[in-house]
Amino acid sequence: MKPQSHPFQPIRRMPAVLIAVPNNDNEAQVTNTIIEAKGLKRSFKAKGAKGKTIDAVRGIDLSVREGEIVGFLGPNGAGKTTTLKMLCTLLKPTDGSATVVGADLRRDPVEVRRRIGYVSQAGSTSPEARVGQEIVSHARLYGIDKQVAIQRGKELLAALDLGEIWDRTCGSLSGGQRRRLDIVMGLVHQPRLVFLDEPSTGLDPQSRANLWNHIRKLRDELGTTVFLTTHYMDEADSLSDRILIIDHGTIVAEGTPTELKKRVSGDTITLTLRSEADATWASQIAGRLQGADAPATEAHVVRFHVPDGATALPVLLGDLTKAGIDAIGVDVNRPTLDDVFLTLTGRSLRD
Amino acid sequence: MSFVRDTWIIFERSMLLALRQPEWVVIGLMQPVLYLTLFGPLLQTIAATSGFEGDAWQVFVPGLLVQLGIFGGLFVGFGIIAEWRSGVIDRQLVSPASRAAIITGRTLRDVVVILVQAIVLVGAAFFMGLRVPAGALLIGLVLVALLGAAFSFISNAIGMATKSEDALAPIANTLALPILLLSGILLPMTLAPAWLQVVANFNPFKHIVEALRAVFLGHFSDPIVWIGLLLAVVLVVIGAWVGSRVLTAQTK
Ligand SMILES: Nc1ncnc2c1ncn2[C@@H]1O[C@H](COP(=O)(O)OP(=O)(O)OP(=O)(O)O)[C@@H](O)[C@H]1O
Ligand SMILES: [Mg+2]
Repeated sequence: MKPQSHPFQPIRRMPAVLIAVPNNDNEAQVTNTIIEAKGLKRSFKAKGAKGKTIDAVRGIDLSVREGEIVGFLGPNGAGKTTTLKMLCTLLKPTDGSATVVGADLRRDPVEVRRRIGYVSQAGSTSPEARVGQEIVSHARLYGIDKQVAIQRGKELLAALDLGEIWDRTCGSLSGGQRRRLDIVMGLVHQPRLVFLDEPSTGLDPQSRANLWNHIRKLRDELGTTVFLTTHYMDEADSLSDRILIIDHGTIVAEGTPTELKKRVSGDTITLTLRSEADATWASQIAGRLQGADAPATEAHVVRFHVPDGATALPVLLGDLTKAGIDAIGVDVNRPTLDDVFLTLTGRSLRD
Repeated sequence: MSFVRDTWIIFERSMLLALRQPEWVVIGLMQPVLYLTLFGPLLQTIAATSGFEGDAWQVFVPGLLVQLGIFGGLFVGFGIIAEWRSGVIDRQLVSPASRAAIITGRTLRDVVVILVQAIVLVGAAFFMGLRVPAGALLIGLVLVALLGAAFSFISNAIGMATKSEDALAPIANTLALPILLLSGILLPMTLAPAWLQVVANFNPFKHIVEALRAVFLGHFSDPIVWIGLLLAVVLVVIGAWVGSRVLTAQTK
């Protein structure tokens, strides 16, 4: 993404739903819509409390283009899994409609199943079963020949650093190995669209990085569309072309990671000065920067926001030098998706 | 078409898993063999005096076979609950596999396990003195298979409907007890007072046991044989229907 210039807007006036700007990385490619959902809703009857219903998903509109990696980000209980299960035909929507890889979710669920892969949050293999048997058996349900299944399964295992586990029982694998095996199972029939529900839960940093690489490769080499849920901000951030933020069953924001962060918070600049007097001066200078909000001063420290820290910083330092003020520390913090979430909902994703 | 193929794939996977845990098959075998060795001799003397026709083995083995079919199937639901917990059921439900195949493949596995147990049981009974026509054994095995299938369907269906071992155990036990007591498996219902006999007549398993006993005595043309077989087939059809319904309802 090239940096875009955005007129500064006060945070509070941001519309709750941001309009996505197409990501034109690959302009030659014709982009088809692979998921189109309108007003998807799902409520559950609450067990115990009579007559009460839980509105897990409250009317979601989604549009995903072929070849995109879309991150579905939200806190626990936001409705990520419920949305995914609806799109995968595992749950009937209470209301709304969707087309998934060209097939109508309600009218032709079997065709949807044929065309998608789904990696559930809850795993996919029996502890007593052997890895190879599970992979081959699953692939055959999609009409894939046994020999082809073996070959693809072994390739996928190798790609996810799971070399020598073909004959092991699934229960003997470590949590992270088993998670990667789930992903192999979801990909063995080479679906055009794959749903990954919290794919990297339980993986160590190295395996996560490797998984991300693999997901990117999947898209780059096979053109697979990936729709993944996560509550890791770094994962959504570094992996997704586009992010949907869901909270309490509704999508509260949508856009590329850069867009979301730029539009919502701006960068934070933190200046540390020698004295409180300097700080007062510096805060006045900082406040005159283009697009800056009112700086907050705390003893020797001045903190304020600008739309783009990288371009504001040289100007600021120049102005400070001209005024004869010597800053002993400068920090530019790019906003995180957590800041975005915080701004949109008043709560932190980390809670 | 795809139902048959999918059933076979699910069956193969389940069968391989069952073979990897032969201890369950062995434990399942222990019970009828224990009955045979510890309870059978007791019956030798009773059979001669009471309302039974034929020798002790001809009376007792049909009962054990029916019991094997019922109990062999009734508790398999625990397995499907475990599979659901580990995500296997959802994984198969999200594939294009026929919903009916997902349960039928598992039931077929149970039928095979029960048939192996039945063959061992009959073999053991032969050594203890059972002498019946080969056709009788064949019908016996068919009946056991049908009963096993019916109860496996039902148990898997209850397992998937409740998703709780704590629910399945009492339901299965509650089903088992009246079926067992009112079927004349252990004692002939002719010994029962009139009212109990009337009640027992509503128990299809009583007729199935009677059918098998008739066959073991060589009375192949007795109409009870057809009634028993027909009842067993009806039970399988009901079980398969309920089972497929429950699996389809998983994605509601
Ligand atoms: N089968 C169900 N019955 C009743 N309530 C349910 C059911 N499934 C989900 N819910 C409720 O719906 C809401 C959304 O759940 P969902 O699993 O979609 O959240 P999530 O975003 O995936 O959360 P997490 O990050 O914890 O996986 C929660 O309040 C949950 O308790
Ligand atoms: Mg979830």
